[in-house]
Formats: sequence, C-alpha cells, structure tokens
Amino acid sequence: MANESTTKATKHGRRSVWQVLRPISTSLYVMMALASFMIVLVVWSLLSYGGFVEQIFLPPPIEVAKQFFTNITSAEYWEHIGISVFRVFGGFMLACLIGIPLGILAGTFKIGEALVEPQMEFIRYMPAVAFIPLVMVWAGIGEWAKILIIFIGCFFQLVLMVAVDTRRVSHDLIQAAMTLGATRWQLIESVIFQALRPHLMNTLRLILGWAWTYLVVAELVAVNSGLGYQIMKAQRFLNTSEIFVGILVIGLLGLICDRIFAYLNKRFFPWAS
Amino acid sequence: MSSFIELNEVGKQYVVKKQTFKALSDVQLSIEEGQFVSVVGPSGCGKSTILRILAGLEEATTGEVLVDGVPVTGPGADRGMVFQTYTLFPWLSVRENIQFGLKLKGIPLTIRRKMADRFIELIKLEKFANAFPNQLSGGMKQRVAIARALAANPKVLLMDEPFGALDAQTKMDMQEMLRDIWRAEQTTVVFITHDIDEAIYLSQRIVLMAAGPGRIIGEYEVDLPSERDLLTRELPAFLNLKRELIQRLKHD
Ligand SMILES: Nc1ncnc2c1ncn2[C@@H]1O[C@H](COP(=O)(O)OP(=O)(O)OP(=O)(O)O)[C@@H](O)[C@H]1O
Ligand SMILES: [Mg+2]
Repeated sequence: MANESTTKATKHGRRSVWQVLRPISTSLYVMMALASFMIVLVVWSLLSYGGFVEQIFLPPPIEVAKQFFTNITSAEYWEHIGISVFRVFGGFMLACLIGIPLGILAGTFKIGEALVEPQMEFIRYMPAVAFIPLVMVWAGIGEWAKILIIFIGCFFQLVLMVAVDTRRVSHDLIQAAMTLGATRWQLIESVIFQALRPHLMNTLRLILGWAWTYLVVAELVAVNSGLGYQIMKAQRFLNTSEIFVGILVIGLLGLICDRIFAYLNKRFFPWAS
Repeated sequence: MSSFIELNEVGKQYVVKKQTFKALSDVQLSIEEGQFVSVVGPSGCGKSTILRILAGLEEATTGEVLVDGVPVTGPGADRGMVFQTYTLFPWLSVRENIQFGLKLKGIPLTIRRKMADRFIELIKLEKFANAFPNQLSGGMKQRVAIARALAANPKVLLMDEPFGALDAQTKMDMQEMLRDIWRAEQTTVVFITHDIDEAIYLSQRIVLMAAGPGRIIGEYEVDLPSERDLLTRELPAFLNLKRELIQRLKHD
C-alpha cells in the first residue's frame, strides 16, 4: 500500500510514519539512525569550529579522529585495551560464577530468597566507588583490586536480577514437569535453568555493560595501565582529545560485547521470541 | 471395596485476606481402572481444584486421596496431566518433548526414541517430529502434550479442559483422536470440561458439579456404544442425556 501511494496519493490517503507502533522499512530506519549521528556531529562542529567553545574544552571532531587513529595504530594503546578487557571480564566472570547460582537459589526456593535477597538489597545501595579504599586495604593495589571493584559493582545487582528471571519461569511448565515425575534437582536442571537461559543472557548483557562503566572507577587510583588510566592521565595534561578517544573506545568495546551477546541469544535461543 | 481412584470426603479451603473460602466440600468419588470419567460443572465450581489435588499439585484441606491404594502426597509420574494452557517445553522439539518423562527416568536414548516415535504416530504428527512448539498450531500442541503425558506411562491421565481454547472443528477432531488413543491405551482418564457435548461424547461416566461450595451433585452413566462417531451425537440416548444434564445444572 505505502509503495503504491508514494507517487499519487501523497496528500491524502497516505499513512503517517509517525503512526503509533507502525513498522518502517529498513532503509528508512538506517537513514534515521545515521541522521541522528550526523546531527550530533554537526552541532559539535558548529560549536568547536565556530569558536563558541575553546578547543581545550571541546576539541574539533577532526582532532579526535586523528587522536583515535594514532592510538589504535600504536601497540602500546592495545596493551591498555588488553589489560582493561582482562579486568572487565575478570570481575564480570567472578560475579557470574558466584552470582548466577545464588540468584537461581533465591528465585527457586522461598527459603533461598529469605537467605539471599534482603542482604543483597541492602548491600546494593552501598556505592561501589566507596569500596575503593577498603578494597585497597584488602587486596592491595594489584590486579585483584581492580577485578574486585568491578565484581562489587556487578555482583549484587546480578544476583537480584537472576532471581527475578528465575521467578518468572512459567509455573505451568514447572508443574507440567512435576507431573512427568521430575525430582527437585531435575526441575532445576531440566526446566528452570533451560527456560531461564535467554533471560539470563539478557541480564548478563546488561551487567556486562555495567562492568565497563565500573572499569573507569576501578582504574581511578593507583594504576599505570588501562583505558581508565589513559583518561585520567590525559586529564592531568588537559588533553581533551585523548579523553574523548578514551570514552569513545570504552563505549565501542561495550557496544561490541553487547552485540555479541545479542547475536548469541538469537543464535542459540531462537525459540524464545 | 476400594476403587482405583478414591476421593474420601475431600474438602479444600483457601484463605484469602484472612477470609476462608470453601472451594470444595465433602467430595466423594471413586473411579475404576481403565474408566473414562468426565467432570462437568459451571466455572468456578472447583473442577480444576479436584484435578490438581489428584495430581498432587495442591493439598486437600480435609479428607484423603488414594490412587491405586496409595495416598497422594505430591506430584508424580504415575499421574500424568494435560493442562488447558500450552505447556510444551519451548526449547525442545516435538520428539524431545514427548521423550521428556522417559529421559527423567533415565531410559536409554535408543529405547526412548522408539517409544516416542510410537506416540508421534499415534497423534499423527510424524511430519512435525523435529519441529519446535512455536511452529505448531494450538491443536497440534495439545496433541503433543497428550503424547508427552502418555509416554511417561502414567496410571491415570488427568486432563483439565485441554481443548477449551480450540475452535469447534479442531476440537471435534481432537475428541475423536482422544477416543482412539484411550481405546488403544486403556488408560484411566479423568477429563474436565464445561462442554456437555464433549463430556458425553468422550466418557463412560459423567460427574456433575455445582458451585458454592464446590460439590458433586450427580453421577451419570453414559449409555452409548463404545464405537462412536459424528452420528453418535444425534442418537436419542445422547440427546436425552444432554437434556437431563442441562436440566440438572439449571436446577442448582
Ligand atoms: N489459589 C487460590 N486461592 C484462592 N482461591 C482459589 C485459588 N484457586 C482457586 N480458587 C477458587 O476456588 C474456586 C474453584 O476454582 P477452580 O479453578 O477449581 O474452578 P473451575 O471449576 O476449574 O473453574 P473454571 O471452569 O473457570 O476453570 C474458584 O472460586 C476460585 O476462585
Ligand atoms: Mg478450571
């Protein structure tokens, strides 16, 4: 319908693209997405080239682009990326290893909930940043300290979200399995965990995003490597382009992880949608 | 004295906001082995509650429930259930769904597969053996659910309005198929419905219930030949029983 009407009936009889929930073509979607990036770029250029903001506060896009290419073509920068990725995944994996079983426990048994959730709810409002001094006392200033900060930032939220995911597994499915003779462990293994997987992947995807934000926090003090450190160092020398690039790279890495998770979810759990 | 399934003075009360609500009162019911019994009654009279108590998914407040002489204390593979909602495991194929109960029992794959294939044939879904539930129609899903329950080899098959969400034509096809399966398998079936035609067509005996509190108000033998088809629904015996049931339900 929309295609036929483009030439003739533009004035009347054509549906608005702003109709609520109306699907749009992929090309229009991509165009709009690109346009939104262009707008930001144009405003940014106007502000910096137009001389409205000093370069030291807002470097022009071309400077940031140059810095970006200088950085990603230097082996040293890749070492910083490597160590940051290591810290993020270290903290994230540790949180998963302990958090997922705890979350399933809390979501499956009422008594598990009582044991786990009030505690987690309490701790999760304590700011992860405030743990830094404590972590340094406990774990020194080595790699464990950074991993621990990221772990603290992710863990408590992860447990609570996994518990919610677990509780949302269809009770009908669980009861159907019960009438097929499933034991307690079989219910957890063959029904609850199976049904949980796609939701779990989404939760992990969110939490990994948080791990990236906590990276900067973890690399705030007593470090001499990593992307957060690069940003901190650039700030000391008022090198705003470098700060921009640091933020951009962390953002890109986070985005790549997110897309990988989204892809894996579609690939492995096509039945979930 | 004791039948295959026995409900003795079963009562069920729910406490909602400190108010007790009597869902079932003094339910007395016995069912012989191999019988097909339907429970009919208006919405909210406690049909599902009876079935869920039999399945062990819910606990009776008073009275006792025996299946094959053993008191029911929880759900188990000896009492298979088909739900009104679709409850196939979405991550498993049709064949894997049907094998589920057998796998839980630790039956080896080759044997499990053979048994599952027999049931796939029985529900005439050979072409969909490797399909996933989201590729099936509502009627197909319920056929798989029936096969899944039967494959676990239960002593009783409990069915809670399994065809309630299906359109009229699919429903009739499903009823015919269920009749065939029951005659082939000789399983005891307790079937819940609020569709009187469905109850008469399928069963040997009909239990009538009323609400407030949920209780049994009558039991009727279905005096029809065991060979049944579309024309069965026009036999005088069918129509008379239907009239009698409607009248009894109206009076309460
Ligand atoms: N968990 C519960 N808590 C409180 N009341 C309940 C609960 N489950 C059922 N009831 C009440 O018990 C009564 C019987 O419910 P039941 O589901 O057995 O009815 P039913 O005959 O199956 O109805 P329908 O034909 O609509 O499925 C209803 O009035 C219902 O509100
Ligand atoms: Mg019901």
